[in-house]
Amino acid sequence: MLKINNLHVSIDDKPILNGINLTVNKGEVHAIMGPNGSGKSTLASILAGKEEYTITKGTVTFEDKDLLALNPEDRAREGIFLAFQYPVEIPGVTSTNFLRTALNQIRQYKGVGQLDAVQFLKLMKEKMRLVEIDQSLISRPLNEGFSGGEKKKNEIFQMAMLEPKLAILDETDSGLDIDALKVVANGVNKLKSKENATIVITHYQRLLDYIIPDFVHVLYNGQIVMSGDKNLAYELEQKGYDWIKEDVAAQEKTS
Amino acid sequence: MGKDNRVLDNLTNAEYKYGFESKIETDSAPKGLNEDIIRLISSKKNEPGWLLEWRLKAYNHWLTLDEPQWGNINYPPIDYQDIIYYAAPKQQKKLNSLNEVDPELLETFNKLGISLDEQKRLSGVSTVAVDAIMDSVSVKTTFTETLAESGIIFCSFSEAVQDHPDLIKKYLGSVVPITDNYFAALNASVFSDGSFCYIPKGVRCPMELSTYFRINTAGTGQFERTLIVADEGSYVSYLEGCTAPQRDENQLHAAVVEIYVEKNAEVKYSTVQNWYPGDKNGKGGIYNFVTKRGLCKGDFSKLSWTQVETGSAITWKYPSCILKGDYSIGEFYSVAITNNMQQADTGSKMIHIGKNTRSRIVSKGVSAGKSQNSYRGLVKVLPRADNVRNFSQCDSLLMGDQCGAHTFPYIEISNNTALVEHEATTSKIGEDQIFYCNQRGISTEDAIALIVNGYAKEVLNKLPMEFAVEAQKLLALTLEGSVG
Repeated sequence: MLKINNLHVSIDDKPILNGINLTVNKGEVHAIMGPNGSGKSTLASILAGKEEYTITKGTVTFEDKDLLALNPEDRAREGIFLAFQYPVEIPGVTSTNFLRTALNQIRQYKGVGQLDAVQFLKLMKEKMRLVEIDQSLISRPLNEGFSGGEKKKNEIFQMAMLEPKLAILDETDSGLDIDALKVVANGVNKLKSKENATIVITHYQRLLDYIIPDFVHVLYNGQIVMSGDKNLAYELEQKGYDWIKEDVAAQEKTS
Repeated sequence: MGKDNRVLDNLTNAEYKYGFESKIETDSAPKGLNEDIIRLISSKKNEPGWLLEWRLKAYNHWLTLDEPQWGNINYPPIDYQDIIYYAAPKQQKKLNSLNEVDPELLETFNKLGISLDEQKRLSGVSTVAVDAIMDSVSVKTTFTETLAESGIIFCSFSEAVQDHPDLIKKYLGSVVPITDNYFAALNASVFSDGSFCYIPKGVRCPMELSTYFRINTAGTGQFERTLIVADEGSYVSYLEGCTAPQRDENQLHAAVVEIYVEKNAEVKYSTVQNWYPGDKNGKGGIYNFVTKRGLCKGDFSKLSWTQVETGSAITWKYPSCILKGDYSIGEFYSVAITNNMQQADTGSKMIHIGKNTRSRIVSKGVSAGKSQNSYRGLVKVLPRADNVRNFSQCDSLLMGDQCGAHTFPYIEISNNTALVEHEATTSKIGEDQIFYCNQRGISTEDAIALIVNGYAKEVLNKLPMEFAVEAQKLLALTLEGSVG
């Protein structure tokens, strides 16, 4: 589904990603972990199409299409969804109105008909039940005055509505209490299928107790320095990121 | 730099949909302003002597005035001798049916989406009675007969002068006197037509009334006058729309709207102003210098102004309420959008004279491109006005870093029982907001429309239903191409 090949990225001539290789197949859950400043969020932004970065080398294909050639809205319409670390507030625009605009533009792109108001509301009710989100959040202006937890829940609800092929959760666990974390993880798990894939970006192992990854990758200094299964996450939790840093430093010395 | 500036570089002009010019034979006066021109206008209209006197008095007063310079707007001096003060489409004197209206004229209004055919409108869900004004004269007023059944008078100003001279004589200039200001005095001297509306005691007007202004002839100014009188316990909702052809020269529009609201009566006046704004380099466009004022004369009367301002090269207008009756209410809801080189200096005045009077001002400015958008408002409480309440909210939304938003609130209180509140915010459409929308599959232009409509929602909600839809589209259209 997603193939990242030798991706180099810089911002203002400062390199941030230095040769990322990653393949994500249908039905898989990948966790990307790493210390602060390792480039995790940059990777998420690049995949979503944020423009302040310069791609200096490498390719990214999504469903055999050149992802880097698409603008952000077309990437979304192709099925990439980014659950933001800091979802923005849009005053005066209700979630309902926002999502209806989004869903209908995606459907138009795919060449399937738009949903009328009745169909849309029915879908919304269904998905609200699925991810256990409260009606009151949906009728308020988008994210305006939401708590951190409410914003993250709303991201998962949007994901449920838009049914992406590849969902990228960027530090979705940051700032969540354990109850909100469970709701978010539950939503993600319910939306998981054989046809879609998920990339979970996180600093802590905690979220991975609830969303079980098939693969764990450690990002450090703009490279994936280690990959493994879910046990790697536990190991990191015990040993801390210094272990990785020392390991990388040792390897650099010998080479 | 980066995206933000690219966004700005792409600030191109949205196509002005109404920029066409109609080939209609017109009867024009020569350029220039003097007593002879005023006499000519008056005689063309077959006006009574007192009205000509009134015009000449206004003109002579105008001669003593200087053009106001206090607005936060810049433009080269206007040559008042280089303007045509009277231009009328040539047509038969008296029209008996729609079939006698010049087809080109009908076509013009059809293109603008204004139907002058009552049958057509009747088949629709709702009806709006229209007074269509082209250049200096009213072309056609619809539903006059239907309205007359409830005693409502709705006709062109010229007709009203002929058919209802007593009402005109009583109310003309009663809210905006000829001495009021430079442009009001100019208007009083040369106004050529407009709409007149009288709602009798206790009558609730059964349909929306509307005036549609169209400037067509090159080199003309448009100086129309609207007079609305709501007698005791009556209600009317009035709409105003306007467009003009796309031209390289600036054209002057100096209108006056007077509204007289008696005891227990209510008037709702809504404007969607879409005059040609000029091109993206600021060439051409309408100078919209307008005086709009209502007098809440009777106790418990209410006047509500709602305006969506998207057009004009320069807007200079302050719809106001004089709250004279005790417990009277004045409201002003405004969205003003400026793009490219447009300038707007707009706001409201609330003059509290009566006891327990209340007013509310909600102003939402949106600036894009290199435009300048100013809110200017006055809340004045006179000594005998006890227990006045006012709430003002002035918000500005900026797109890019080359535009300006300014707020000039004036508050003059002479009674210490008054409670006056003023809130102001300034925000910027963030790249983050746009990217967030993009990431959900929404195109950048739709994202901007969504964000701006959300921001202006409180005002748009005040518009009559069918107008609200039009206004939402217009907001999107005005900002079209303002981001890449």
